[in-house]
Amino acid sequence: MSADPFSLWVFLSQSPLLWLTVTLLVYASTDALSLASGRNPFANPVFHAMWIIAAFLLVTGTSYTTYFGGAQFVHFLLGPATVALAVPLYENRKIVAAAIVPMLVALVIGCATAIVSVVLLANAFGLPREIVLALAPKSVTAAVAMGISESLGADASLTAVAVILTGIMGAIIVTPLMNRMGITDYRARGFAVGLASHGIGTARAFQVDAVAGVFAGIAMSLNALVTSLLVPIAVTLLLR
Amino acid sequence: MRRPRIDRAFNASDKAGTDGDPMIASLCLILLCQLAGEIFVRGLALPMPGPVIGMLLLLVLLLARDRIGLLARGPLGDGGVESGARGLLAHLSLLFVPAGVGIVQKLDLLAAHGLAIAAVLALSVLITLLATVATFLLVGRLMSRGQTGDRPTP
Repeated sequence: MSADPFSLWVFLSQSPLLWLTVTLLVYASTDALSLASGRNPFANPVFHAMWIIAAFLLVTGTSYTTYFGGAQFVHFLLGPATVALAVPLYENRKIVAAAIVPMLVALVIGCATAIVSVVLLANAFGLPREIVLALAPKSVTAAVAMGISESLGADASLTAVAVILTGIMGAIIVTPLMNRMGITDYRARGFAVGLASHGIGTARAFQVDAVAGVFAGIAMSLNALVTSLLVPIAVTLLLR
Repeated sequence: MRRPRIDRAFNASDKAGTDGDPMIASLCLILLCQLAGEIFVRGLALPMPGPVIGMLLLLVLLLARDRIGLLARGPLGDGGVESGARGLLAHLSLLFVPAGVGIVQKLDLLAAHGLAIAAVLALSVLITLLATVATFLLVGRLMSRGQTGDRPTP
């Protein structure tokens, strides 16, 4: 066996094992920090894990493709986790059924607001068309948004970044915003953050309140459905 | 709700599967739902994500097993799929980390447009949160005013 630390690094840096370990290790640390801070919104575990790993890749000169070779095992679970949302939905079917009308109206209004506001704002800020297209599905969960982006012929990897940033921003601002507005209905708070900020918002909602988490999960899954129908329509209407 | 007797009869015939397997069986069920969703969506060329159809399918299965005792076995009996799903959802935010690290591929684009993109996303999230929460509360209030028997939201 070679004792040369450089050749060991060359081997490790190409192996999925290292990057899977790095992903889990960094997330475990940022999540522990978030817990220690009393789930302060600014100690968002996804945000801090993301920049720490990104900086590590840049410092070591590792390509994202190599990193993803290991991280894909975590990324893959996004699909099964979406399916798994059926369980909290099933377990809370009674409170969900009781709020079905406000939920469905808020779903349609919120989903349309998410798409229209991002397209109009991006145009107003003078962003090029291909970026506007990639930002349009930013409020739905990563796997779904990337699929929508591909079907529009936009840059799916930019969409993924926009999705994560949107999730983090929503998860950070939702608690102070809703508290300041004096909104105490955790069904409405959860539904709003799940719709605007998909899984990252849902994870945040579960930290704050169990009912908020359930409604966030429902909003996230319903929004995936509605956004995939509305984005192509909105884009044709708004971007001629 | 559940039929423990049926479960026991089912598991007695295959003793190896009483304790170790529920996790694998429930993961299988979740993956099968996703697979069926993907096949359905691709087969019919629907502009919809496969996992969302998979979620609807799992929901229908869970609702059906409360009516049809025959279904309440394997991962659908004994809370198997429920605990599997809770395990997956407990660390939902971890699953977004790999996609987020993809930012390293977009550094040149972010150097050129990063501030505008961040401002657009932040404003859009703020507007979306406010519009959604306001609609939810407004419709909820209108409805409880309509049917006086309903208790108002605190």
